[in-house]
Amino acid sequence: MCNIKQLPVIYKIAACILMLMVSSAIFAPIIAPYDPNQVLPDETLQSCSGAHLLGTDALGRDVFSRILYGARVSISFAVAAALCTMILGVTLGMISGYFGGIIDTIIQLLVNIFQGLPGMSMMIAIAGVMGPSTISLLFAVTLTSWAGFSRIVRGEVLKIREENYIEGVRSLGASDFYILVHYILPNIFNSLIILFTVRIGTIVLSIASLSFLGLGMQPPEADWGAMINDAKIYFRSYPNLLLAPGLCILALCASINLIGDALRDLFSIEQDRNKQYL
Amino acid sequence: MNDILFYLVKKLLMIIPVLLGITIAAFILGIISPSDPAAVLLNMDGVSTPSAQEIANKRHEMGLDRPLIVQYLSWLLQILHGDLGISYITQRPIWDELMLRLPVTISLASCTLLLVIVTAIPLGVFMAYKNNSRSDFVLRTAALIFTSVPAFWLAILFMWIFSEELHLLPTSGYGTLAHLIMPSVALGAGTIGILMRLQRAALLEVLEQHFILTAKAKGMPFPMIIWKHGLLNSLIPVITLLGNYFGAIISGSAVIESIFSLPGLGSYVLEAIRGRDYPAIQGYVIFTGLVFVLFNLLVDISYLLLNPKIRLGGK
Repeated sequence: MCNIKQLPVIYKIAACILMLMVSSAIFAPIIAPYDPNQVLPDETLQSCSGAHLLGTDALGRDVFSRILYGARVSISFAVAAALCTMILGVTLGMISGYFGGIIDTIIQLLVNIFQGLPGMSMMIAIAGVMGPSTISLLFAVTLTSWAGFSRIVRGEVLKIREENYIEGVRSLGASDFYILVHYILPNIFNSLIILFTVRIGTIVLSIASLSFLGLGMQPPEADWGAMINDAKIYFRSYPNLLLAPGLCILALCASINLIGDALRDLFSIEQDRNKQYL
Repeated sequence: MNDILFYLVKKLLMIIPVLLGITIAAFILGIISPSDPAAVLLNMDGVSTPSAQEIANKRHEMGLDRPLIVQYLSWLLQILHGDLGISYITQRPIWDELMLRLPVTISLASCTLLLVIVTAIPLGVFMAYKNNSRSDFVLRTAALIFTSVPAFWLAILFMWIFSEELHLLPTSGYGTLAHLIMPSVALGAGTIGILMRLQRAALLEVLEQHFILTAKAKGMPFPMIIWKHGLLNSLIPVITLLGNYFGAIISGSAVIESIFSLPGLGSYVLEAIRGRDYPAIQGYVIFTGLVFVLFNLLVDISYLLLNPKIRLGGK
């Protein structure tokens, strides 16, 4: 186990960036100088100034405010989607690893099928058929990413299931459900936290792509992917419109990936540090 | 020899449920889609509005009132004959349209894959060779950025820099290799980042093994050790995951194709979504699923060449 204080500086920087983004997402209504959807017809396509920190877009909406609200949308949705994915994946993975037998075979077959589908294609198709809405997005993301989760959880459970203390509790008369919740779940908790963190980063990227294609968050909702889509016509004259949301996605995902590595260090999940980014 | 055969047959058998799963997923998409194929077919001339009775008759004629499982099986039989139905928009067979688009996506995906392999693996090896040095740190930062950057944003940045400012590469279209350079780099960036890191980790793990120590004790130069003993052993985990990441390439191509106006499967499905052409969306799911599955089969076969454990019967 490694101490928080001993972690490399780069992880602390990542943690600061992440905290800054999360708090600006939470306090967006207080920090934002303008309403993100307020259209100012006289102030369209302005460059960065004191009045508009990051300028305004083609409709005269304040880019800085939209970035803040975009953080709110991206982060809250990604956390919700990662939670749904985790709940489904962990439940199925624990059942399949703990009980084994025919249930395990069936769940593993499902895992194989879902991992055999290209994820983003399925997301595009599901969002396309169901029509873009938060519910269909949540459905699409959960359905396409639970399988990887469940496969890892199953592997962990298979290892723990054979431990002596599980046998001990069982001989004391504990039910399967009690063992799963009180003994197995706490043991895989550290791995889950890491998977959950890294998954949030992946989901932020996929949602941004879907929004960019017009299949994600719907206008006028401020979303980073959609903002990049709006900016692609003007990027030569107004690079701020393109750079601001893109750099935000980059910074958010990079810091989430680094935090994932830091957690791995903290929990000593992988003894060798070869897989770390920095 | 028997072991190789057993391995291949096992892999082929494992494909069947996945293929069925893909068709079931596509079929379910058709069911949840908010359109009635019978009504659409009757409406195709765009002149008359069919009455409820006409629609009901047409539904019966098309077999849409049968149980879902019967409908699925007859639909599956159609697919096996290469019939995916008629596109609502162009009114041409979807199978033919997808076949027309497939080469574009395949060439983009293969270009990207080739790029990923020739950049990520050498860079990963170099990082392991120079472990914990300054250049290792720089490359690890680069890998982090590659995995975290949104591909579509990178694509627009490339267009801005290389087409608009430097006039080096064409912004859009399809035909020559130059048209595929920017799309491939943008599409492959994420995978390059992941694979660099993976190759580095895999090689570092191999370098801790005892036979490497033996080679060092023999006085073999370090680059030679990596080349002769390290590289091939480290490639196995990397190739395993290459199969998975190909899924990201094939499905990420939708975004990239739409940005660079490449007429592939991805831009086809986006047109289909805009036109609410549900059978075409189903066709897209089946085609990309098929490409993904076939690629993974290729990866499994390439294992035979790389991994002696499988050749020697370690299942």
